[in-house]
Parts: sequence; C-alpha cells; structure tokens
Amino acid sequence: MSALGFKNSLGIHPQVMQLHAARAEILANNLANADTPHFKARDFDFQAVLEGESKRSMEMNVTSERHLRGSIQTDSELMFRNPYQPAIDGNTVDSQVEQTLYTENALRYNASFQFLNGSFKGLKGAIKGQ
Amino acid sequence: MSLTNVFNIAGTGMTAQSVRLNTTASNIANAETVSSSVEETYKARKPWFSVLQKQWKDVDGLNRKLDVRSQVGDGVEIKGIVESDAPLKKRFEPNHPMADEEGYVLYPNVNIVEEMTDMMSSSRSYQMNVEVMKTAKQMLQRTLTLGQ
Repeated sequence: MSALGFKNSLGIHPQVMQLHAARAEILANNLANADTPHFKARDFDFQAVLEGESKRSMEMNVTSERHLRGSIQTDSELMFRNPYQPAIDGNTVDSQVEQTLYTENALRYNASFQFLNGSFKGLKGAIKGQ
Repeated sequence: MSLTNVFNIAGTGMTAQSVRLNTTASNIANAETVSSSVEETYKARKPWFSVLQKQWKDVDGLNRKLDVRSQVGDGVEIKGIVESDAPLKKRFEPNHPMADEEGYVLYPNVNIVEEMTDMMSSSRSYQMNVEVMKTAKQMLQRTLTLGQ
C-alpha cells in the first residue's frame, strides 16, 4: 500500500497521542495527591509501553529436564517513582518533577498532534488534487 | 477519554485544597477564642486526605492494557476533618471574664506558624492543580482542531 493510504500515512501518532493522554491522567493524579499522606507517585515507562514490551516475564534457569520451571509475570506496567527527597508522611510526590514531566508530556502530545494534522492536510490535498 | 478525566482529577485536588484552606482560615480566626472548659475550647482542625479510588468499567482497550483505572487513583478525597489532640494552652488571667475558679483561661491548641505554612502549601497546591487543568484544556482544544 502506498504511503498515502489513510492508515499508513498517520503512522504511530494516534497511538502516541492516546498514550500521552493516559500518562497525563496519571501525572495529574500524582500532582493532585501532592499532599496526601502515604501516597506513592506512579508513572509508566513510555518507550516500553509503546513498543508493547510492558509485560515482562522472567523464567527460571533449568539445568535438568526434571527441574521445576517457575516464571514470574509482571502484569503491571505502572511503576513507582523513586523520590529525590522522601517526605516524613510517606508521600513520594516531588511536585517539581511531576510538573516538569506533565508539561513535557503535554508538549509531546502537541508535537504528535502537529504531525497528525500535517498528515491530514496532506491527505486533504491529495483528495482535492492540488 | 482520559484527557477529560484530568479535569476531574485536578478538580478533586482543587476541592481538597480549598477545604484545607478553609480549615486553616477557621483555625487562624479562632486562634484566640477562649473558654473555661476543655470540652468547649476550639481545637485546631485538619482535613484528612486520601487517594480517591473509583470503580470503573473498562471502556476501551487502551485503559485495560494500561490498567490505569484499577491502579491509579482518580484524585483526592477528603475522608473527614479531624481535631488536633495537642494540649490546650492554659493561661493565668484572673481578670478575664471567662476565667475559671483558679483564674485560668483555656486557649485553643492552634499553632499559628503551622497554620501559616499550611496556608502557603495549600495555596501553592491549588495553583498547581489549576495549571494542570489549564494544560489539559489546551491539549483538548487543540485536538478539536484536528484536520482543520
């Protein structure tokens, strides 16, 4: 299929935008809970989730056929943030870190939007034959 | 759509911070409210924050994939307002109309320094939530112009 096909021309950007929107929600929740005792800040590894590597599984090494094969599956993509300055009330939200990430996330969302918009403009031009 | 959820989350954050600001205002206003018995004396009030966890149905595949709904909260919840159990301040003021038989007057256990820092902290947190909402609004507004 040519690069002008609807699906091909949009590339990865629709998925990226969806992921950024999901991440915005997580980071907003971190920021909203900046003063909640015992709250642990969460986030996910954007690259890994995008590449679909989020479900990691570890298997035990076996040296004999009769050994048990144990495996651990981590089904959670959401990880806990390591705080730079842990608070005495057990809260691990660093507002400035979260705010930076939130802004960066919004910018990346806008960047993806820009690319997507460009693709649509190109497609429109192709339809009109200009 | 998860971006509209950011509004709800920031909204709960703003509500929680405004309640906290309200208790601070009440505490500072009543810092000198005297009484002659322990029960009647005003005690410093503090909101009790906790993570709001809602039960959500899986609407789309992405959310199920991320498992956002079950693991991440949906903002802040105020579980209640608790009264401080710090000891009340007892002052010897025999000429005060509220003084007891021994001439003591009870003052609330409000720590003004603590209240002022609380006030600054809550107003900053409120601002932060407003900024989050503003950014989410811009993101959504741009999305609406897609293809135009």
